[in-house]
Amino acid sequence: MKAERPAAITSSAAGTNASGARSDGAPAIELFGVTKDFGRGEEIVRALGPIDLAIEGGSFVSVVGPSGCGKSTLLRLIAGLEEPTEGRLRRHGAKLDGPSREVGIVFQDHVLFPWASVLENVMLPADVLSLPKAAALERARWLLELTGLKDFAGHKPHMLSGGMKQRAAFCRAVLADPQLLLLDEPFGALDALTREELSLELSRLWQNLGRTALLITHDIEEAILLGDRIIVMSDRPGRIRLDMKVDLPRPRDVNTARNPRFMEIKQIARDLIFTRERN
Amino acid sequence: MASLPWKAISTRATTPIIYLVLTILWEAGVRLFHVPGWILPAPTAIIAVAKQWAPELLYNSYITVQETIIGFVLALVLSLPLAVIIAFTSTTRRLLYPILLGLQSVPKVALAPLVILWLGIGNWPKIVIVILVCFFPILVNVVAGFEAVPKPMLDLMYSLRASKLAIFRRLRAPVAMPHLFTGCKVAITFAVIGAVIGEFVAAQEGLGYMILMSTAQSLTPLAFAAIILLTVISVVLFYAIEILERRFVTWRP
Repeated sequence: MKAERPAAITSSAAGTNASGARSDGAPAIELFGVTKDFGRGEEIVRALGPIDLAIEGGSFVSVVGPSGCGKSTLLRLIAGLEEPTEGRLRRHGAKLDGPSREVGIVFQDHVLFPWASVLENVMLPADVLSLPKAAALERARWLLELTGLKDFAGHKPHMLSGGMKQRAAFCRAVLADPQLLLLDEPFGALDALTREELSLELSRLWQNLGRTALLITHDIEEAILLGDRIIVMSDRPGRIRLDMKVDLPRPRDVNTARNPRFMEIKQIARDLIFTRERN
Repeated sequence: MASLPWKAISTRATTPIIYLVLTILWEAGVRLFHVPGWILPAPTAIIAVAKQWAPELLYNSYITVQETIIGFVLALVLSLPLAVIIAFTSTTRRLLYPILLGLQSVPKVALAPLVILWLGIGNWPKIVIVILVCFFPILVNVVAGFEAVPKPMLDLMYSLRASKLAIFRRLRAPVAMPHLFTGCKVAITFAVIGAVIGEFVAAQEGLGYMILMSTAQSLTPLAFAAIILLTVISVVLFYAIEILERRFVTWRP
C-alpha cells in the first residue's frame, strides 16, 4: 500500500504557490550571456559561456557534455554557489543572488553526513531552514517510504549501498519541496545496473513531485531517458551546441530506449559529440 | 578442527606471553650475573619492595593522577573556546595563531623551573606545567578538525543558506570530533610526563618525587615500582579516552 502524500510544508517565509510553475509566467531559470572564468592574470581560463538559456517551470532539462566542459559550473551558477564573470541570471523573473531555499541539489557524491542517521540527514533542510518539525518529519517519512528506505531511517549512511545513499540524498534535496531540483551527475558514482534502475525511479518521482529539474550528466541515454529537453554542450569553454525537445511519451521505462525516436535523438547528439572530437 | 580457536587464542596471547618471557629473562639474568640490586633490581625484588611501600606508592600515585587530570581538563577547557575563536574569526586567526604555533615550539620542559619560580611550590605549578604540555596538541588538532570539512558538505550547507552557527553546530563540530580525540590522546600522554617533570623540579609528593628520592637513597627497586606505576597510569588514561572516543564517534567517514 502506498503512503498518503502529506500536505506540503508551508511556513511564512516560503512565498510560493503549490503548483510547479509560478503564475507570473516567467521561466524558472534564465541566463543572459553568462560566462565563467577561472584563474587570475595571465592564467585566466574560460570554463563556460557565453550561454543564453531559459528553462520553463515544471520541465525536466538534461544537460549532457564531455567531462571538463563546464556543465557542473553551469549548475553551480544556477544554484547560486558561484557568481558569473559576465552576464545575468534570473530565477522566476527575479535577479539571482546567492543560494535559495527554493533550490534543492543532489550532488554527485551523496554528501550524507556520516555521523547522522538516514532520517536525520533527510531532515537537515528542515533543521537549517527551521521548518515546522512535525510536518517536515511526516514528509521525510513519506519520501523515505516512496524511495524504499523506510526500514533504513535509523541506519547510518555507511551501512547503505551506493544506490540507497543516493536515494536518501534525493529525499533530502526535495524535503523542503523546492521549486527547482538540480541534479549534478547524481548517478555518476553508481554501477550501470543501479544507474538505470535509479534513473527511472527518479523520473517517476519527479513526475510525482511536479517541479522543475535540471540534470547534469555525461551519459547521452540517461539525458534522453529523463529529459523533456536535451542540451548538448561543447568542449571547454562550454557552450550550447544543441538544444532539442525530447518528444517521447511519459511515463518512460526500460522500453523507451528501444523507441525509434529515442535512437534518432541519441544519434543526433552522438554525431555532434563525435564531430567535436574529430576537430 | 581445533586449529581455529587455538589460532585465535594464540594471536591474542602473543603480547602477554612476550611480556612474561621478558620478565622471566630479566629475573634469570639478574640472578645469573649477580647484578647489584641498586643498578638493576630483579622483578621479584621490585614486587617485594612495592608491597612494603604500598601505602606511599598509592598515595603518591593519587597525587600524580590528580595533577594530570586537573591539568588535562583545564587545558581542554581553555583550548576549545580558543580553537573556536581561531577557526571563526579571521582577524584573531591572523593575530593569534602564529604566536600560538611559535609558543608550541618552545620545549615546555624548559619552562618548568620558571613556572616553579613564579608560582612557588604546591600543586598549582605542576598543574600549570601539565596545562602547558596538553594545551597545544588539543588546540592544533581541533582547529585542523574545524577546517577538515569536505567542500561538497560546505556547498550543501551554503545551498541551504545555513548561518555560520548552523554550519558550526551541524557540520564543523561533528567533523572535528575525531580530531579532538586524537589531540586528547596525544595530550594525555604528555600530561603524565608534564606532571612528573613538575615533581622533579620541585615537589614534596607525587611519583616523580618518589623516583627522585628513592634513586638518591639507592632504593632502586622503589624507583622501578614508581616507574611501572607511571606507565600503568599513562596506559589506563590513554585507553579511558579511547573508550570515550568509541562512545562518541560511532560513525565512519
